[in-house]
Amino acid sequence: MDGNQISMLKKIMEIEFTCIDLNLYLDTHPEDQKALQDYNYYSNQLSMLKQQYEQFYGPLMVFGHSQSQYPWKWVDDPWPWEIEY
Amino acid sequence: MWVYEKKLQYPAKVCKPDVKMAKYLIAQYGGPDGELAAALRYQTQRFVMPTGKAKAVLTDIATEELAHLEIIATLVFKLLKGVPVEILKREGLGEYYTEHDRGLFYADTTGMLWTAAYIQAKGDAIADLHEDMAAEEKARATYEHLINLTDDPSVKDTLRFLREREIVHFQRFGETLVQVREYMESKKFF
Repeated sequence: MDGNQISMLKKIMEIEFTCIDLNLYLDTHPEDQKALQDYNYYSNQLSMLKQQYEQFYGPLMVFGHSQSQYPWKWVDDPWPWEIEY
Repeated sequence: MWVYEKKLQYPAKVCKPDVKMAKYLIAQYGGPDGELAAALRYQTQRFVMPTGKAKAVLTDIATEELAHLEIIATLVFKLLKGVPVEILKREGLGEYYTEHDRGLFYADTTGMLWTAAYIQAKGDAIADLHEDMAAEEKARATYEHLINLTDDPSVKDTLRFLREREIVHFQRFGETLVQVREYMESKKFF
């Protein structure tokens, strides 16, 4: 796995974590407009980052959530537990 | 339904293989206060939660716990990678190796297999949310013990992340408990 892939993946982890934490907060504070604004902002950032990553390195999600180049790249190694972070 | 994402929630890195630490860490994979117990507990308790907020909290925290299960598995996998059988045996994983080699299985640090008896779904939101808050505190304490048991800065870093998540989950469950109580009180007057 090249350095660029690792750094893109780490950036995705970072932004997705921001979304997860805001998500849990919003579950108990659904009327917090500032938090919701932040959630929507980072959610948009996340989709752009994922789209870029997937163009180069294959789908992060399957079941129809992302497309794949030929041949089906979902089966490519490494899997998350095999990556040297 | 659930969809898998081909990434970890947080990087899981180890500086070098460490059989003893793998043996301790398995507690958070298949132990009573581990991530499997957490994920399955919240997932099955959510069906009878009385409010949309409570259903959301249980669904989302259950899902995050599955991501933590994968992080623990990754640490254990990496800590055991390439370790010769003689060392596994010497460091107390001979029994584990017999059944699972270096594969991952739902057991605790003494080899006790995971059981649904570790968890409960009482069908009562107040009782279940109290259990969930206790579960988060027990997991927090376990992570603190595990952090004390290793000198590996990479392992410590990942465990600190997981410990902090338990604190956030405890907070969210606490808020949910208050909101569910208020909802139940308000219903009495209708």
